[in-house]
Amino acid sequence: MEYLSLFVKGIFVENMIFAYFLGMCSYLAVSKTVKTAVGLGFAVIFVLGITVPINYLLENFVLKEGALTWLSPEYATVDLSFLSFIMFIAVIASMVQLVEMIVEKFAPALYGALGIFLPLIAVNCSILGGALFMQERQYPSIGEATVFGLGSGVGWLLAIVAIAAIREKIRYSNIPAPLKGLGITFILTGLMGMAFMAFMGIEI
Amino acid sequence: MSTETITAVEPKRESLFSKKNRKLLTDPLDDSNPITVQVLGICSALAITVQVQQAVIMSLAVLFVMIGGNVIVSMMRNIIPDRIRIIVQLVVIASLVIIVDEVLKAFSPDISEKLSVFVGLIITNCIIMGRLEAFALGNKPGPAMLDAVGNAMGYAWILLAVALVREVFGSGAISFPGVGQVKFLPESWFMANGGFYENNNLMILPPMALITVGIIIWIQRSRNRSLIEEN
Repeated sequence: MEYLSLFVKGIFVENMIFAYFLGMCSYLAVSKTVKTAVGLGFAVIFVLGITVPINYLLENFVLKEGALTWLSPEYATVDLSFLSFIMFIAVIASMVQLVEMIVEKFAPALYGALGIFLPLIAVNCSILGGALFMQERQYPSIGEATVFGLGSGVGWLLAIVAIAAIREKIRYSNIPAPLKGLGITFILTGLMGMAFMAFMGIEI
Repeated sequence: MSTETITAVEPKRESLFSKKNRKLLTDPLDDSNPITVQVLGICSALAITVQVQQAVIMSLAVLFVMIGGNVIVSMMRNIIPDRIRIIVQLVVIASLVIIVDEVLKAFSPDISEKLSVFVGLIITNCIIMGRLEAFALGNKPGPAMLDAVGNAMGYAWILLAVALVREVFGSGAISFPGVGQVKFLPESWFMANGGFYENNNLMILPPMALITVGIIIWIQRSRNRSLIEEN
């Protein structure tokens, strides 16, 4: 039950895009068609679902103060947390490389469609954001960290697919010329964010 | 999105402030603004614009990391193997961000707490990565530095504009470090004291950041029609 609550919270209440604006760059750039949006969304879920637990292990067995006591009790005062940024980003970059190779091998059409944006998942803020939120919130077990990662990923997918669907339709509308494209996308995202605020404070 | 690659064939003695180089500084302020035109670095631009103070600190941090990153990568551009350049860039950026984070934690812990994960997220701020890819890898350190300053300034002014709108309308005051809050309206005008004015609390919430940026884009594009998109 705890897991379900965490999962739902990650999707709706603490949505990566509408509540924290993480991963906005690829959200804005790849949301022109639903098909590519779905592809990128699943790539993000996959990468978040892998990197958050790996970074959780890294945080709790290497970086945190006293985390190295499993090696020898004399390391109890060693605090390596200043290295966390560089370690997290290294894990993320190598995982993204892996995903890129898998997609290139098994789904070349998707690879062609995602093009430059697949390597850019490495610099998608939502991935590093997931790791940093995991560090800040101190989840008690690896299971909860994984569920948090997956939930955030699903929330991101939901957001990008929704905006892509709206953008496909809005092409036929009569928008003031200077607002076309980027401007209206920002305003739409803001309005969707307001709708998502209705989920604020929900406890399951 | 603009991708400029100025080839290395340039006259030998070009002054640092030639016309072309000055353009590197001024272009990102309007025509190729990192946020409103290149669509880079949106995440942090939206999340930390509740207060002007936070926006200023964030801009300074980005300025530092961008100059450092652009100059270092530009100096190493001939020895970085193409295949692993992303990792090299990330390591350079991450080291600079660690410096910023430690300095912030040491000298202003409360601000560091407010910015929370967003200092760490400078690493994945696409402006920095984007400029390294598009400019620093193909240019000398001098122009690379100017490009960094220009883009950081382009980022900073949008950040400040959004933060100013949100803080003025959201809290009715601007807080400065050391001075405290500076209010614009007399106390008696507020509803709580029997007046007619009420702060718009919606401005402080996340969605209004997006709408404010959307409106800034609208204004900018109606003044500069060449930026209008097809659909």
